[in-house]
Amino acid sequence: MKLVIAMLMDGVIYASWLFIIAAGLTLIYGVMRILNMAHGSFYAIGAYAGASLVGVYLAGGYPPWGAYFMLLGAAIFSGALVGILIERGLLRIMYGRDEVVMILVTYAILLILEDVIKLVWGVDAYFTYQPYTLLGRTKLAGIAFANYDIALIFVSASICFLLWWGLNRTRNGKLLQAVIHDRDTAAFLGINVTRMFTVTFVIGAMLGALAGSLTAPGISVMPGIGVEVIILAFAVVVIGGLGSVGGALLGALIVGLSRSAAVHLYPDAELFVIYGVMALVLAFRPQGLFAIATARKI
Amino acid sequence: MFISFAKKSTLAGLLLASAVAQPALAADDYKLGLVSFLSGGAAGPFGVPAQNAAKLVLDTLNAGQFPAPYDTKGINGRTIAPVYLDEAGGATKQASEYRNLVERQGVDAVVGYISSGDCLAVPAVAEQLKTLTVLFDCGTPRVFEENDFKYVFRTGPTATMDNVAAARYIKETVGDLSSVSGINQNYSFGHESWDDFNNSLNQLKSGVKVSTKQFPKIYAGQYGAEISALMVNSAKIIHSSFWGGDMEAFLLQGSARGLFDDQTALLTTGESAMYRLSDQIPEGTILGGRGPFGIYAPDNALNRWFREAYTSRFGTPPTYPAYKMVQGILGLKLATENAAAKVKGQPSTEDVVAAFEYLEYEGPGGTVSMKLGNGHQASMEMVYGRYALKDGKPSVTDVRRYAADCVNPPQGVTGLDWIDIGMPNDSCK
Repeated sequence: MKLVIAMLMDGVIYASWLFIIAAGLTLIYGVMRILNMAHGSFYAIGAYAGASLVGVYLAGGYPPWGAYFMLLGAAIFSGALVGILIERGLLRIMYGRDEVVMILVTYAILLILEDVIKLVWGVDAYFTYQPYTLLGRTKLAGIAFANYDIALIFVSASICFLLWWGLNRTRNGKLLQAVIHDRDTAAFLGINVTRMFTVTFVIGAMLGALAGSLTAPGISVMPGIGVEVIILAFAVVVIGGLGSVGGALLGALIVGLSRSAAVHLYPDAELFVIYGVMALVLAFRPQGLFAIATARKI
Repeated sequence: MFISFAKKSTLAGLLLASAVAQPALAADDYKLGLVSFLSGGAAGPFGVPAQNAAKLVLDTLNAGQFPAPYDTKGINGRTIAPVYLDEAGGATKQASEYRNLVERQGVDAVVGYISSGDCLAVPAVAEQLKTLTVLFDCGTPRVFEENDFKYVFRTGPTATMDNVAAARYIKETVGDLSSVSGINQNYSFGHESWDDFNNSLNQLKSGVKVSTKQFPKIYAGQYGAEISALMVNSAKIIHSSFWGGDMEAFLLQGSARGLFDDQTALLTTGESAMYRLSDQIPEGTILGGRGPFGIYAPDNALNRWFREAYTSRFGTPPTYPAYKMVQGILGLKLATENAAAKVKGQPSTEDVVAAFEYLEYEGPGGTVSMKLGNGHQASMEMVYGRYALKDGKPSVTDVRRYAADCVNPPQGVTGLDWIDIGMPNDSCK
């Protein structure tokens, strides 16, 4: 029983973290057809911004619970700033290019941002563990879990609900769905596709930054963290189906639970299992579990 | 007219910029390549402290103000001109960057390399180019156990002794040592560290159960499932050779979940985090420093000077990578000057190689004996202790020192073979 609870909790917590990272990536791909390699940099910038802002805030002697608002504020501000700069400054002049070209462009942005991070924050690690320890821990079947990690499940579920609601129950969401299905027809019908792209990219960037900001309290924030997570995020969205938020959720759960099972039952397969599952899904459903196969337009 | 002026201005600007970027070199300067991580996850905990130490030492040596016996100017009277290089990018890149250092930059020698992968890749090129190369930090024993290099030396000890000493330490200090667990990174250093530790412990004490062994991906950052596995399969000691951000994240997450409330962590590289995470490391945690470095360094004149000068210049005490960089540079200086004394002039690379082999010298970490690997591999004592806060300041208690011969295999025997035959040495019982 202890083992089962540990496996489930670990799997769901890990999946929650993965989903927040992958949601922005899959949203941008779904709307803009850009497989955004720079998403890892948004994550890293969010982590650095969160760690820095919380550090300054706590050094000022303010109430510790306010640190959570600092994490949120850092993510929104840094994600919006970087997102709008990249989309308006570079991507908008590249629209219409081949998807492979866009991968190379965003990869170049990733490399540039890695150096920008070094220039701004240096190479020393940043710690901001106070928000992680402040909430205490809860014991389930004798195993203690950090309440911060448990809270992450609810944050992730809220983001999932907000994305679903925004896409399916709001006017702008429906307009966005029209762009997703056929951007040319949507443009003919008077939808401002360019503005949709900008808004989507900024929201995606903010989600990436939020994932980093929320992760910062539990890790050592250091150069290279963005590159590490982007590979995992790709695995998640490929399993779920590129461009599908529901797919990202399912992909995150599959990766989270299978990794957790491997760690507890057969640790040597911890790394293999993630990519093994991905290969298996691609073998039977190359478009991923949730994406609908579409005919190629000529 | 304007275009011509603009061109000239640009050219002048570029020339000025290049003059600013490159320090002026005199013809007789000793060009020294210095390679350490300046980006990526290993930069903060290892590469930058090592580079800081190099800057401090070179400035002091060039001014002729280093404490005796290294108080002569530069290296054999030549001013040392550093060429710093980032170690990031992997072994293939480093092998090619090394070639650039030698063939294009024309360095006289290279001191560098933190990654074991780089230390296995670079020596072949060094041998081909016949360039004196001092590996200062990497831990894999395979460099000299599997090869016989002429121009390559390693002034830092191997990882074998970290884990042999760790096993000796817990055997001596932990009562009722019935079980151990391990969490190590999933690459050569992590696997070799666990194997050396577990095999050594098996030789020293029978009946110790392995509760679980975890090998997460390097730089994973998230260890929730591994921490649960360590809690479900509780053990007396949790062995880890995690380093840098991975170790720090593991400590943060483990502490927050109470992992160390009734299990003790044994961190073979933990000394490098004791100042950065002073209020997160549980008291009683067993810390190693990859040798007699940092807080474990002996109380000698060199160490007192180095510790004070480094702390005063960089605002934090030096950790083990800084110490290892210093002893790499000092070894090179001493070998070169010993060789020069023999030939009465500037020695050739071969002269320096001959003087470096089996050299014994003092560094801020104590005595460095180049007595392994046919005189190319250093052997040093190893130290472990338990983390404690003394008057609110990070410190260590219950410190035990292990003589070099008790934690290193003898010349000609590999670490694994030596452990398998029970690490025989009567003086260490």
